[in-house]
Amino acid sequence: MARLIAKRLGQMLLIMGVTSLLLFAIFDTDQFRRQIAVSELGGFGVATLNAADYEGWLEKKGLNEPFLSRYVTWVGDVMQGDLGRSIEKNMAVSTLLADRLQRTAILASCFFVLMVPISLTLGVLAGMREGGRLDRVISIVAVVTTSIPQIATAVLLTVFLSLGLGWVPAKSAMVGGFSFRELVLPLLTLLIYDIGYVVRMTRASMAEVMSANYIRTAVLKGLAGSHVIMGHALRNALIVPFTLIFLQLNWLLSHVVVVEVFFQYSGFGRMLYEAAMFGDIAVLQAATLVAVAVAVISQLLSDITYILLNPRVGAAG
Amino acid sequence: MTLSSPPVPTTHPERASWRPTIARLPVVVALLALVWCSLVAYVVFPDALGPAHAAALIPSIPAALVLYGLGIVSWRESAIARIGLTLVMFWILMAVAAPYLPLVDPNRPIAPFTPPFTAKAGHFFWLGADMRGRDMLSRTLWGGQRVIVWGITATACAYVVGVAFGLMAGYLRGWWDEILSFIANILLSFPVMVLLILVLNFLGQSGFSIILAVTFSSAPGIMRIVRGLALVESTRDYIQAAQTRGESAPWIMVVEILPNVRGPLIVDACLRLGYTTVAITTLTFLGLGLQPPDPDWGLMIKEAASSALLWKFAYMMIVPSVAVSSLILGFNLMADGLREMSLRD
Repeated sequence: MARLIAKRLGQMLLIMGVTSLLLFAIFDTDQFRRQIAVSELGGFGVATLNAADYEGWLEKKGLNEPFLSRYVTWVGDVMQGDLGRSIEKNMAVSTLLADRLQRTAILASCFFVLMVPISLTLGVLAGMREGGRLDRVISIVAVVTTSIPQIATAVLLTVFLSLGLGWVPAKSAMVGGFSFRELVLPLLTLLIYDIGYVVRMTRASMAEVMSANYIRTAVLKGLAGSHVIMGHALRNALIVPFTLIFLQLNWLLSHVVVVEVFFQYSGFGRMLYEAAMFGDIAVLQAATLVAVAVAVISQLLSDITYILLNPRVGAAG
Repeated sequence: MTLSSPPVPTTHPERASWRPTIARLPVVVALLALVWCSLVAYVVFPDALGPAHAAALIPSIPAALVLYGLGIVSWRESAIARIGLTLVMFWILMAVAAPYLPLVDPNRPIAPFTPPFTAKAGHFFWLGADMRGRDMLSRTLWGGQRVIVWGITATACAYVVGVAFGLMAGYLRGWWDEILSFIANILLSFPVMVLLILVLNFLGQSGFSIILAVTFSSAPGIMRIVRGLALVESTRDYIQAAQTRGESAPWIMVVEILPNVRGPLIVDACLRLGYTTVAITTLTFLGLGLQPPDPDWGLMIKEAASSALLWKFAYMMIVPSVAVSSLILGFNLMADGLREMSLRD
């Protein structure tokens, strides 16, 4: 187990190094420098600059150094815990990142608190009796909800819940401080898709366990249905869904972009989108580091859970 | 609780689950190629076709109908697969038939903000008109064209790359596997949206950038699947036999292994077509994908959400949302049905 963790963390550092180098290389083009200049000074401002002034501006911003030397400086700074400054927002990246991550963490924790019990229950109910009426209904609803792209869900939910019924505000900018009502729409948009997905996976796992020989034995020896499910089936059926739940963390970090941009929720996803569009390299680098860390750690947690829950793999694995 | 105890499945290795499809495989491939090539030519290279442009899609209409018929006949075991096929083929048929249907020009402004089922300015609007007065029915039916063209092309490219690298990693192993798996891990640990935004921002916004972006984001996943399948297959006897016969590595990978792992790959391809459709719609919505004014579902949602986000005009958002969701649902149901059929045999 310790070897697995060490190996994964080593891999994570390697991936972080490569991705950050790649990002620096990608953003080391004249096109991106000009893009930054245009968004900073305005298109007209850049057009009126002569070449020397433009060079001077680049010099001031530290943008015209060779990217390798900038990269080395950046790595050194990160090692000391300094993530640099955002060009676009003109504030320390660490402050920005902490603030935005906190907001996304609120969204994510509400998401997991609702998603895990709902999808596991529905998945188990559907998989309990494969092909039954309940299974059909749940499966059909799940495949439909996983087929609606999140922008469509977001738009439709806004139209019905906010504009039609007026229950919740349409945007979640939270200008007047935190409000749970503004969190409802982004949360629902994320939930509708992901519950469908986890339900389908749980259902498949449960259905597989229910057709196993030991469950048949348990039924044939006369155990009550509830006892078979609770005592024999659930533990094995939930191994795969539990490992999957950790992977949803990675999924969430990526899909939160669309939802946060649409609802104007100032979280990690929106920060990432704005940084990528603006070419705000320091923010993008920091966000990518976080994303890579989340991806690797969620995968690691998922593997560890699998080893802990599955008696067949055992501690030897 | 009674348990409908399933009889222990007896496996029939002889009974190929894909036989109905295999017999007609060359026909299906030829028809698909015809539909796809003419759609690409029509949408992407309209100038190259010259005077043939107007008639370019006519042969594809019967081709699409024949494909649909073949699918319905060979998938009669699974109702789910046939429903999925119906949804997908409906949109493909609309994409190829749109120029010949009695529709008004999707870009012509007639009567802004007309609600559905009303006649205005001498035209009956079945699905209403958008904020510029363009007919929603016409825009919706035309709107699938670009999503289908770029979605299928991008997925196909991702598949070519993913399958090639996956076979190399799984069959050659050793250093190939180490290097390719590491690159795949790097790409997979980027959040998908960031990867797509970066690629499109870097390359500029065009259909070809979408192809590249989708390839970058999907190929690693495909590679992993193919690698796993190839690892298992390469231990089989027929591969050893092929090696003994002195067949070359590329030949073994493409001619021996690939046809034997196509079952799971076809299922995965259906799912990925759905993901790609989502990705293209989302990117268009974020302003990074296809550009106006030509009709496109993502663009329709974007325009309506930015200028007519009102209860009264909900139809402007519901219509394209339902259209794109039904196409994705079709791909997902096809994948489910095919998986179900392959498990049954």
